[in-house]
Amino acid sequence: MKTLYQKIWDTHAFAGAPDGSCLLYIDRHLLNEVSSPQAFDGLRDAGRAPWNSGACLAIADHNVPTANRAAGIADPLSRAQVAALAGNAAQYDITFLGPDDARQGIEHVVGPELGATLPGITLVCGDSHTSTHGAFACLAFGIGTSEVEHVLATQTLRTRPMKTMLVRIDGTLGAGVTAKDVILSLIGRIGTGGATGHAIEYAGSAIRGLSMEGRMTICNMSIEAGARAGLIAVDDTTIDYVRSRPYAPSGAAWTQAEAYWRGLVSDPGAEFDRVISLDAAAIVPQVSWGTSPGMVVAVDGRVPDPDAETDAGRRESQWRALRYMGLTPHTPVTEIALDKVFIGSCTNSRIEDLRAAAAVVRGRRKAASVRLAMVVPGSTQVKLQAEREGLDRDFLAAGFEWRDSGCSMCMAMNDDRLSPGERCASTSNRNFEGRQGSGGRTHLVSPAMAAAAAIAGRFVDVRDWTLEDAR
Amino acid sequence: MTPFVEHAGTAVPLDRAHVDTDAIIPARFLTSISRSGFEAHLFDGWRFLDRAVPGTPADGRPLNLDFVLNLPRHHAATILLARENFGCGSSREHAVWAIQQYGLRVVIAPSFGDIFYQNSLKSGLLPVRLPEAVMDVLFDAVQADSATAITVDLPSQTVAIGNGPRYGFEMDTERKHQLINGLDDIGLTLAVVEEIRAFQAGHWARFPWLAERL
Repeated sequence: MKTLYQKIWDTHAFAGAPDGSCLLYIDRHLLNEVSSPQAFDGLRDAGRAPWNSGACLAIADHNVPTANRAAGIADPLSRAQVAALAGNAAQYDITFLGPDDARQGIEHVVGPELGATLPGITLVCGDSHTSTHGAFACLAFGIGTSEVEHVLATQTLRTRPMKTMLVRIDGTLGAGVTAKDVILSLIGRIGTGGATGHAIEYAGSAIRGLSMEGRMTICNMSIEAGARAGLIAVDDTTIDYVRSRPYAPSGAAWTQAEAYWRGLVSDPGAEFDRVISLDAAAIVPQVSWGTSPGMVVAVDGRVPDPDAETDAGRRESQWRALRYMGLTPHTPVTEIALDKVFIGSCTNSRIEDLRAAAAVVRGRRKAASVRLAMVVPGSTQVKLQAEREGLDRDFLAAGFEWRDSGCSMCMAMNDDRLSPGERCASTSNRNFEGRQGSGGRTHLVSPAMAAAAAIAGRFVDVRDWTLEDAR
Repeated sequence: MTPFVEHAGTAVPLDRAHVDTDAIIPARFLTSISRSGFEAHLFDGWRFLDRAVPGTPADGRPLNLDFVLNLPRHHAATILLARENFGCGSSREHAVWAIQQYGLRVVIAPSFGDIFYQNSLKSGLLPVRLPEAVMDVLFDAVQADSATAITVDLPSQTVAIGNGPRYGFEMDTERKHQLINGLDDIGLTLAVVEEIRAFQAGHWARFPWLAERL
């Protein structure tokens, strides 16, 4: 009886050492412009070359512009970084998806979209949100630049097994409650260090009921609970998504692969180091109030009072967060007014996210007090799909900006950022101090909640809104 | 990698839990393609009162004199004391480089973000995990006297406060060996290159679709 994690581990681990570590063979390696340049330099300096350039896919996403892309990148350092990725990819024969490529987008959106992400594989990338890909029952985790160099040179990592945690979510999510609310409420419950050292497997009827997009949102934020990886077992939803993707196997290889993938589930009775259960029906839309993703509250709740906290360290960190966020204890969440709204990031920028947000704004208008509401599709392909469905017109008619794909204001490496003191409803993953721009204040929410906040100018409970039928 | 055997020095106590790598070095300072120069922006949002563009030298910028790194009594510190889940969040190894380049050689905390911990080992910044109760003793000692000498000894896996108590910490034997000898860990892996080739051949025979290039 094995867990899904153990099954993938066992098909990739070899060369065990006496201390329990193994070499883990890496099937797929995504590279971005921020965490790879020093790794390629290290490789060159040592006179080495990539073990298998065909396992790599290089994608410019972190600091590409989302407006006026044809003009190129204005900032010389960011421009040099993207040029370095292009140059390294050319030198080592690695497929490069640059800002103008029709397949470009956020690496964690593009990998699944192209079928580079497949069930049963190991996939790494110099980015912590690599956990996203685990939605496909693969072992995917973020690594630092030294490990990027190690994987480039050896196609392996020396590592040891993670502990396993099962998060079982049964029941049905209420209308207006999304995968984002599920993962935020989990992090609120176990804390940002709650799953450190673990790989989380998400299971239960609520997870089975989610689309691949929703599953990716959940696995994406595993890292915000401290887990390096998240996983979800293979089912028809997985198989249907992967079928016919450009890099997915076809013909006889598909038949062989599918037969293997169907077994990528935890065996009944397999043991986990920890088990946590959530009741889907009890989850309500979440809004983060502080400077850590565990600082969340229900939309119908209030900003907490740190003085009610008994632990002195936690009390102080809550007061620090409230001071940074410019919030007062006991304020109803629905009285928090927004300056900006950001719909995008590797957490929530896929077609289903944009559909959910568009359904909220359709026939409505952004509040005048909201200075900027921007939609940044996760990839050029998502953007084109949304435009085929007319979602861009819904957003533009409501006064939103419709941008090109990239990481954008999730971490403000390009020109999309908050000014000091600005308050933003964001569908991204981190509300750390300064994450969306120095002094900026981030509230993490689902796409529907962000869209509704843009219309109302403050947070509203999207469950109270009647939505027009999707076209 | 620079070998790490033993280090003695004074410590700076950063008394905050869940310090994330965005706080250690904000994303806008990650646009460099070089591996050096990140110390200027270590804890940028906490150390300085202004906003700066990447590459701005630290000298001459207005300091936040309340931030512990800016207290003159901790200027010579080479050890960082931190609280739980230090280095959580983004995988940016620049956070480790910024800490090292600032002049710190060891971070001692009750727990670390997993990726930060690995990145530290790879770069030769020693991450030491000690229980909360021991961390309290260290914080108290350093807050009472900033000149308190702390000795971190990797071969014996101990942290000593002055001539006083010693506390043991855990470390993977393989990693410890690499750190003490400053070994190139890619070189070590490539010593078993035939094993990797053989594994890959078997792997691709079993999962032929993975042999296709992207």
